[in-house]
This record gives sequence, C-alpha cells and structure tokens, in this order.
Amino acid sequence: MSRNVLISARFKDRLFKVFAIICTFGVLLVLLLLLFDILNKGITRVNWSFLTSLPSRHAKESGIYTALAGMISLLLFTLLIALPIGMLSGIYLEEYGKKSKLTSFIEVNIANLAGVPSVIYGILGLQLFVRTAGLGNSILAGALTLALLIMPIVIVSTREAIKAVSGGLREGALALGATKWQTISKVVLPAAFGGMLTGVILSTSRAIGETAPLIVVGALAYVPFVPEGPLDQYTTLPIQIYNWTSRPQEGFIINAAAGIIILLTVTLLLNGIAIFLRNRWYKKVNI
Amino acid sequence: MVQEGKYIDELPREKLASRNLNLHYGDKQALHNISLAIEANTVTAFIGPSGCGKSTFLRCFNRMNDLIPNVRIDGEVLVDGKNIYHPKVDVYEHRKKIGMVFQKPNPFPKSIYDNVAFGLHINGEQSKKVLDQAVEDALKKAALWEEVKDNLSKSALALSGGQQQRVCIARAIAVQPSVLLMDEPASALDPISTAKIEELIHSLKESFTIVIVTHNMQQAARVSDKTAFFYLGNLIEYANTDKIFTNPASEATQNYITGRYG
Repeated sequence: MSRNVLISARFKDRLFKVFAIICTFGVLLVLLLLLFDILNKGITRVNWSFLTSLPSRHAKESGIYTALAGMISLLLFTLLIALPIGMLSGIYLEEYGKKSKLTSFIEVNIANLAGVPSVIYGILGLQLFVRTAGLGNSILAGALTLALLIMPIVIVSTREAIKAVSGGLREGALALGATKWQTISKVVLPAAFGGMLTGVILSTSRAIGETAPLIVVGALAYVPFVPEGPLDQYTTLPIQIYNWTSRPQEGFIINAAAGIIILLTVTLLLNGIAIFLRNRWYKKVNI
Repeated sequence: MVQEGKYIDELPREKLASRNLNLHYGDKQALHNISLAIEANTVTAFIGPSGCGKSTFLRCFNRMNDLIPNVRIDGEVLVDGKNIYHPKVDVYEHRKKIGMVFQKPNPFPKSIYDNVAFGLHINGEQSKKVLDQAVEDALKKAALWEEVKDNLSKSALALSGGQQQRVCIARAIAVQPSVLLMDEPASALDPISTAKIEELIHSLKESFTIVIVTHNMQQAARVSDKTAFFYLGNLIEYANTDKIFTNPASEATQNYITGRYG
C-alpha cells in the first residue's frame, strides 16, 4: 500500500470518528435543551396539589389526578392483555412453530406490524373495539388498541430472548427426560427472563407515550372523575398535556410543562424498576 | 474387520446393542449398518475422526437424534434387550434411564442444588429429605461434594469449567440411570480437570455402563475396556482397548491411532 493511501485511510478513520461524535452529542444537546426548557417552565408548578387535583377551567387549580389515574389503569390493562398473548405467541413461533409458509407469513406480518403508524391502530381500534364490540370510549377499548400496538414488540423481543438461550441447555434438560414443556418452562424461559424483561420495558415505554391512537379511540381531554372500572371513560397524561399545549393561556402552558415532568418521571421510574429487576436477575443467575 | 453383531439372546450381559443400524440425515447417510454390543458395567470408547458418526451413534442410545428434523433411522437399538425405537416406547421415560454428559458443560442457570435435583424435580419428587439425600449422593459420586457442600445455593455458572462438568455428571446420575453416555466430556477442559473426569469414569464404572466419545486417543486408552473405531459412518473395528491400540486388525485403525489422519 502506498503512503498516500495509508494517510488517506487514517484521515477517513478519524473523520468518521468525529462525525459519529458530532451526531451523538448533537442529539443529546437537543434533548438537554428541551429538558431545560421544560424544567424551567414547569418545575414550580409540580407539587402535591397538582398531582391530586381534578382538571379545571382555571389553570392554577387544574391538576392531573384523573390523567395520571387513567394512564396507569390504561397501562395496567394494556400490559395485562399484551404480555400474556405476546409472550405465548413468541414462545409458539420460536419453540413449536414448524418452518412452513404459514409461519413465515406470520413472521413477515409481525415485523410489518411493528412499523405501522400508531394512528392506524387507533382507526382499527375505533372500528373494532369502540364500535363493533360496543366498548365505547372506555379504558378497555383503549387498552385493547394499545395492546395491539405493542404486541409486535413483545413477540419479537420474546423470540429474540428465547433464541439467545443456548441449545446446550435444551439438550441438557431433554436428555434428563424432560418433556418439551418442562424444558421450556423450567429451563428456557427462566434463562430468557432477562431478555423478555427488556421487551416489557420497551413496550411499556411505547405504550405510556402514545397519544395518537388514543385520541382516535376517544380518550377525552376533560374527565372530571377518576375511572373506577375498565368500562369507564378516561384520559391520559399525554392527552392532557396535548390539550393544555393547545390553549392560549400562559398558565396552561406551564401546566403542560409540569405534566411533561411528571410523565418523564413516571417513565423513568417504570424503566428503573424493570432494569433493577433485570440486573438482580442477572446477578442471581451468574454469581 | 467388522465384528459381527452379537445378539442379545446369545449374550445375556449385554446392556446396549445395535443391530444393522442405518441413519440418514435427509439424503446423506451418516451411519452404515452398524451392529455392536456393549456389556454392562464396562467403559466403551468410540473413537474416529470428526464427522465419522461416533457422536451420532452415541445419540441413538437416548434418542437425542429425534430432535433433529429429517432424521431417518432403521435397524434396531437395544437397551436391556428392548428396541428403544419401537413405536410404543415412551421416549421421555426412556431418556430418564440413560444419563448424558455433553461436550460443553451445560449447567442450567440455577443453583448447584437445583441443577442436581432437576431430574428428580421433573419426576415430581417433592420431599426435601429425598432431594437432599439424592443431591448429596450424586455430588459425592461425581467427586464434587467436598468442593461445593457449603455453597449448594450458589449458581452453578460460578464454578470452574471442570466443576461445571462434574455438576452435569452429578445431574445425570442423580436420577439413577443405568447407562451414562459421555460426548467428549473433557474436550473443553484443562488437563487437571480432565484427569479428574477420567478418575471419575473409573469409579462410576461400578454403577453404570459408560460409553464415551473422545477425540483423544490417550484418553480412550486410559479409561476404556473396549474401543470402537468409526470411519465415514462405518464401524471399522470393535475390540478390547488393548488390542485396538497394540494390534489392530484393520489397517485404517492402525493409521488412525498412529496419527496418520483425523
């Protein structure tokens, strides 16, 4: 190799590194600016009464109690529906499904579903759950819609986690006379637990931040009461924030910023719990 | 020369046998008409170059080949005189009678105790007393008890490779099989761990019929009573280990043990 080629190769090497660094920190900078702006606007508004007040016409008296309660119950029902079905589908496709035209058709579709814009899920949910099933603007209709939305993530991450379990473990169990289900339930799934939890984290974060499909299936901006059952009307924090940002009054903009702070905190908290569980599991298994 | 298959009715002490066994992976034939008989409480080594079918043959005895798609087997594999490929044989019950140790130590990501107790657990054993006793016995037989008795709740993955392999041996013998299949059990281990495993094989011979696949000819010579040499899916020679290593009947065997190929 000639000297010039060498120099140009090293220059490109360095250029690429600088480019990668600029991209990373550029994104971080934008994020930090946004965070700073939000904190600056909203932090004074974050207090106990903001968390426990019902919505109101007056910005100062308005709180996020119903939105927070609605969001948490919606999330709970969503996970309750999506996790069992998604995980079982993942287990089926990875462990039982024979390679056939049907399974590869299903696989392609699942991969495609993950890329469908979320508002499309909203339209589907509107027709299927709100109208045909007659669930109306209920938490259940919203949860079913969100469950459809996060199902591909749950399925794909379950499959990846199961795929990562070494074949040696399976053989070890089978050679001891374990049946297929004993092998899956006692060896494969416990070993795949960490990876599956990652999927739960990803899908929870996705579900918690969704607004578009919920607007379509009728989450309301103004709900003066806390939902008591799955068939009650509801609103969620992202929708409440969306609503507040569209108001002209300064007070509501501040409320929106405060709402965003709470939403970020809840998301971080949920992710933190999941990551804590996963790390504890890794330690238990590996030491 | 290929030894003619001895049939079970001729030799009552035969623990394992195969008769005219052919195995195909799809269109490719991996085992050609193999007949051989193994006596109880002996150690038999399968040797031969990579891809000669020795592991495949070993896996016929606990029907692990069933797991591979497109495998076709004809002929018979006999354990205690019964054809284990008979359609009425319950493969799960059968595997409980045949322990297996793999090339790469594969302890489950569980505690040492739970690893060894796994086989009993899946059999539905719940009595703590029975489990404790079985775990202790198995670990003692696997020559690991003294090293781990105070750390039974520790993850088996925290042990060294040689210890992990002995956990796997303990796990296999805890359900009291009569046969122990070992697929290159020491090939991933250091020389000291290998020596321990070989010692162990000697002591386990009293309780089990052991079949070991190995790449290491010294190992075959050290641990086994009989040796079978495989080449290209054929059983070339099967005789007492002394004879195979000092005065083989076949030229192919001679070439292999003197290191001309493989």
